[in-house]
Amino acid sequence: MSAAAIGAQPTRHASAGGAAKLLDRAWRGLLAGLMVLFVVNVALLIAAVAVNSVATRWLGTWLPAGWTLSWYQQSWSDFQLAGILWVTFEVVVAVVVLSLAIGVPAAYTLARRDFPGKRALLLLFLLPLMVPPMTYGIPLATVLYQMHLAGTIWGVILANLIPAAPFVILVMTPFIEQIDPNLESAARVFGAGTGRMFTSVLVPLLAPGILAASLLVLVRTIALFELTFLTAGPDSQTLVVALYYAVFAAGVRAPQSIDAMAMIYMLVTLVWLLIALRFVNPTQLVSRVKEHPVPAG
Amino acid sequence: MSAAALAGRGGPAVAVGRRGFDRALLLAIPATLFMVLLFVYPFLYGLWLSFAPAKGGALANYRTFFTTPDLWPTIGITLKLALPATLINVGIALPIAFRMRVRGRWQRVVTTLLVVPITLGTVLIAEGMLNYFGPKGWLSHTLQLLHLYDGPIRLTHNYWGVLISLVISGFPFAFLLILSYVTGIDPVLARAAATLGAGTFAQFRHIYLPLLAPGLAMCFCLAFVQAFSVFPSAVLVGAPAGPTRVISIAAYQAAFEQYDYSLASAIAMIMGFVQLVIVAAVLGLRGLFYRGPVAGGKG
Repeated sequence: MSAAAIGAQPTRHASAGGAAKLLDRAWRGLLAGLMVLFVVNVALLIAAVAVNSVATRWLGTWLPAGWTLSWYQQSWSDFQLAGILWVTFEVVVAVVVLSLAIGVPAAYTLARRDFPGKRALLLLFLLPLMVPPMTYGIPLATVLYQMHLAGTIWGVILANLIPAAPFVILVMTPFIEQIDPNLESAARVFGAGTGRMFTSVLVPLLAPGILAASLLVLVRTIALFELTFLTAGPDSQTLVVALYYAVFAAGVRAPQSIDAMAMIYMLVTLVWLLIALRFVNPTQLVSRVKEHPVPAG
Repeated sequence: MSAAALAGRGGPAVAVGRRGFDRALLLAIPATLFMVLLFVYPFLYGLWLSFAPAKGGALANYRTFFTTPDLWPTIGITLKLALPATLINVGIALPIAFRMRVRGRWQRVVTTLLVVPITLGTVLIAEGMLNYFGPKGWLSHTLQLLHLYDGPIRLTHNYWGVLISLVISGFPFAFLLILSYVTGIDPVLARAAATLGAGTFAQFRHIYLPLLAPGLAMCFCLAFVQAFSVFPSAVLVGAPAGPTRVISIAAYQAAFEQYDYSLASAIAMIMGFVQLVIVAAVLGLRGLFYRGPVAGGKG
């Protein structure tokens, strides 16, 4: 790109071109340096947690005095991680399934139909992604406490669905727009009802989109802190909230034990992230709308 | 979308209203109902609750907020963290995303690496920071070894700790978002400028920047909203009793330590309002820039 750009300015004076090239190179070096600085520091930050989780004692030296894996065992029993992992699993599966169940049909309507109030509906689905969780989380927690749902796993699932369902809708809508409506008409001609058309025509064609949406929701739900924190009770904490409480009450437990738990959390997230990255573009994790499908012709 | 609507019944989107009720609209009802019940209703309830304190008039909560010395400064404290963090994140992400605009191996590697801090979340970053940036951490050791700074560094449990954590979690977010906008701009436009003699900077200044303005405004808003609602890192790597007592800590304490849901709702509403003001200001600035298609050619 840059070579083409430079090649395309034959009229420029030679020495000015040299200075510009030098400046360009310095600028590129600066940007690369910033990037390397960032990535290296984050990598070391993660490595520090990893090293501490297998250290016998580590006080102000480069490397710990000795190595051990016993903190993982201790962390597992101290923080009752088996139960927490099970709750996390239940919450994540329920959120993925329910957000797909209500999100995909709504995305279908938004992709295929024009109706009065469509813009208002879009706004309704966009707002939860624009307002920070803390702002609507506190009134939501108040309502859930009145309904005696807060503190239970159902309260946590409902709260996590609020950002998840709109996310599914916004990811799925471009996928559905991309499918030729003639396929649906053909299914109708052969006598398929709406339900049959959905299961036999749309769902198989949408499988890649549904897979991408469910992985994105999964990764985001594991990491979503605020809403779970506000609505969870002692028996309905997910891994990230349990980790927060462990770090918050640091001093009660050995720091290595907390770091062992942090490593378990990190491994759970990273495994799913690696699976997700096989099917989705990294930018999809932050931006909601998929790249526009290229129209044929 | 509008073209499709014009195409009528043959197009992908069919206008409703010509022949009675369309049953496909029913499919949107579960999601709509869910959002109304669990997002709109709690929000309105919170708004009502904020005007219905246990004692005092309708505005008692708001009066309390703006007269209590450990409540009203939280707005300033939060803005003092969120605005610099957002400016740093967007300001650094923009040139780097612009450099990475060409699809290739490096783009893939860098985007994959940067997704990691986002998905790990703020809690894990805070725990890592306590180890790594702490007075006895590796960073402190390295600086002392290189004789850059001899005393123990203080980057945790203060303002800087929270700012660093906001950059670590916010920069990758801003970068990936801007990258998705930059790659959405047709490179043909920049190539056309290049044939007319525009260098890389001129291409950026006159082609990309105007086209990116709406995306940048959006990115600034989303990054700001994230930074403004900072909570876990303000508690874990900040000084939650003093310099980093942000507004979400105040709201949380009102709700779950004093059990004053009415005051907590009022704080949440003030938080939403301040943020709305900033977002509106940024989107208003955006209106000064070019609006239109970002694709060249037939588009």
